[in-house]
Amino acid sequence: MAEREKILEVRDLSISFKTTAGNVNAIRGVNLDLYRGETVAIVGESGSGKSVTAKAAMGILAKNGQVNSGSIKFTYTREDGEKVSCDILKMQKKEIREHINGKRIAMVFQDPMTSLNPLMTIGKQIMEGMIWHYKTPKEEAYKKAVKLLELVGITDAEKRMKNYPHQLSGGMRQRVVIAIALACNPELLICDEPTTALDVTIQAKILELIRNIQKKTGISVIYITHDLGVVAKVADYVNVMYAGKIVEKGSIDEIFYDPKHPYTWGLLSAMPDLNTADSRLFTIPGSPPNLQKPVCGDAFAPRNKYALKIDSRVEPPMFKISDSHFAATWLLHPLAPKVEMPEELKKRIIRMKEEAAV
Amino acid sequence: MTETKREPLLKVEGLKQYFKVNKKFTVKAVDDVSFEIYPGETYGLVGESGSGKSTIGRSCIRLYKPTDGKITFEGMDCSGKLSKADEKKLRVDMQMIFQDPMECLNPRKKVSDIIGQGLDIHHMYKSFDDRNDKIAEILEKVGLTPEHATRYPHQFSGGQRQRVGIARALVMNPKLIIADECISALDVSIQAQVVNLMKDIQQETQTAYLFIAHDLSMVKYISDRIGVLHLGHLVETGTTEEIFENPVHPYTKSLISAIPQPNPCVEKNRTSLHYDYETSGIDYNKGILRKVEGTHFVRSTEEEFDSWVLH
Repeated sequence: MAEREKILEVRDLSISFKTTAGNVNAIRGVNLDLYRGETVAIVGESGSGKSVTAKAAMGILAKNGQVNSGSIKFTYTREDGEKVSCDILKMQKKEIREHINGKRIAMVFQDPMTSLNPLMTIGKQIMEGMIWHYKTPKEEAYKKAVKLLELVGITDAEKRMKNYPHQLSGGMRQRVVIAIALACNPELLICDEPTTALDVTIQAKILELIRNIQKKTGISVIYITHDLGVVAKVADYVNVMYAGKIVEKGSIDEIFYDPKHPYTWGLLSAMPDLNTADSRLFTIPGSPPNLQKPVCGDAFAPRNKYALKIDSRVEPPMFKISDSHFAATWLLHPLAPKVEMPEELKKRIIRMKEEAAV
Repeated sequence: MTETKREPLLKVEGLKQYFKVNKKFTVKAVDDVSFEIYPGETYGLVGESGSGKSTIGRSCIRLYKPTDGKITFEGMDCSGKLSKADEKKLRVDMQMIFQDPMECLNPRKKVSDIIGQGLDIHHMYKSFDDRNDKIAEILEKVGLTPEHATRYPHQFSGGQRQRVGIARALVMNPKLIIADECISALDVSIQAQVVNLMKDIQQETQTAYLFIAHDLSMVKYISDRIGVLHLGHLVETGTTEEIFENPVHPYTKSLISAIPQPNPCVEKNRTSLHYDYETSGIDYNKGILRKVEGTHFVRSTEEEFDSWVLH
């Protein structure tokens, strides 16, 4: 295997938001690594800080957001072929706009209805980035835009260039958004719940599309989602986030077939499974903690039936399970009582493995 | 239970719902759809956006006047004009849960007033204390506490708000609840909580649900029978097992194959089946609902039926 080249390195990121009700600590020390050509998924409930992490990497935090500590190191190749590393959090807004946003890191947002400009034809919107960042001549940009539309699977690309967003269906619009994101050959694509607003059939098509584009162009992708089915389809590595912290990270097989954190157990069990006759779905009791208050100990402890006494006092560190697999739970401490994952989940994993073997 | 003697609670026959856009163009949102819902069961309607599932729900609850067809609720035709008394009865017995819990609750009202509005209109309590007791009881049933009654909607999380929406529907003791994409806007773990809650309530009160969704995996958990809609046509209907174990129509097959499964080894190598109505050569208008087995029907012409079922 070739040497893996790190392109994004997030270290100890901590972000809080000032609101009228007080400070909300949305991100509490996140570490994340992304290598060239790989896909990392960030999974978690709403409010766990997935999107905020991605927005910080793009330098587009909301005005009331405040970075308390940490660094986001992004490595890219400059036009003259030189490798450059920079800390996005230390850059000026203008610099980020000029060198990073859209050019090297592109983002696909959740809702294709609101992320397109209703007053511009989609052709213009695709060309806009190229002309601005690379001073591409208009004709060349037009040709490339048509090619991009074909790449994302839109038929009659030439005709569609003149269409306005409202003339397209939801799935088509999301394709256009992806085409815009790819226009400047970014090195990193961040997809923030790209398919949540879409139907299952279109979701499957969009996911396959992103996967194919990744194979062709070799870009790195960060996926943000709460749907584990989507994760299984696209990701190489998974980060499970809870209350502003990454609680478990590992390769996709490790997370799905050998999860260690009780929260991951809960998430996996809550997924509806087409092959069981169980009439009840598993649920994680309670709701996520309020991040306005300081969290003492393990944030997941109040909802965790396996919680130990220490969970309410001391925050668990990341325990290493293998070179790529880490989990933050005291259950992995050598002195902790041995706790197995729930029986149903065990059965389910065995069944999943059997299916995979067929 | 004697299957044959059961009277359907809601019967929809040949429902057509057209919307005239202009002189030349009419949207056929729903075209010739028939199904039945029996007391205490859940009927799931699935289909992609624009297939007319929400329109059917809204026609059933009299938000639209059907272009053609008949909707019968407890033996009473409710598709045309009704007397005041009948209308009042329907407005108690049929309730709706809406898609977006953020937008379907009045932000200026307290939860107790949101839930109590139906009770107020229909004078369904003896005294003010009785009203508050009813509201407290229903809040507990949906997993909230009576103290929540004095709060405003913005003080709740998404899952809790959807519970308020469910409580509002339940407080009237309806016979039928139309749940229009009521879990689509929620997270996976909260979806599971709401689905379990709806099932528990059904067991307790014997309410029937018309469950409208685009997510087949959740529909499977809650429905007894499923109808698959595409472009305003009911393409396949049957019990949940029949649909999932033996999908006949190519559209149903593509829907089922599109569900991403949380199993990376399988999922990485799988591509979903694609189905395109225009290139498939199927004309829904030509087909009629043909029986596969039991209660399993598929819309097809004779040749299509032969090639799908007998091949």
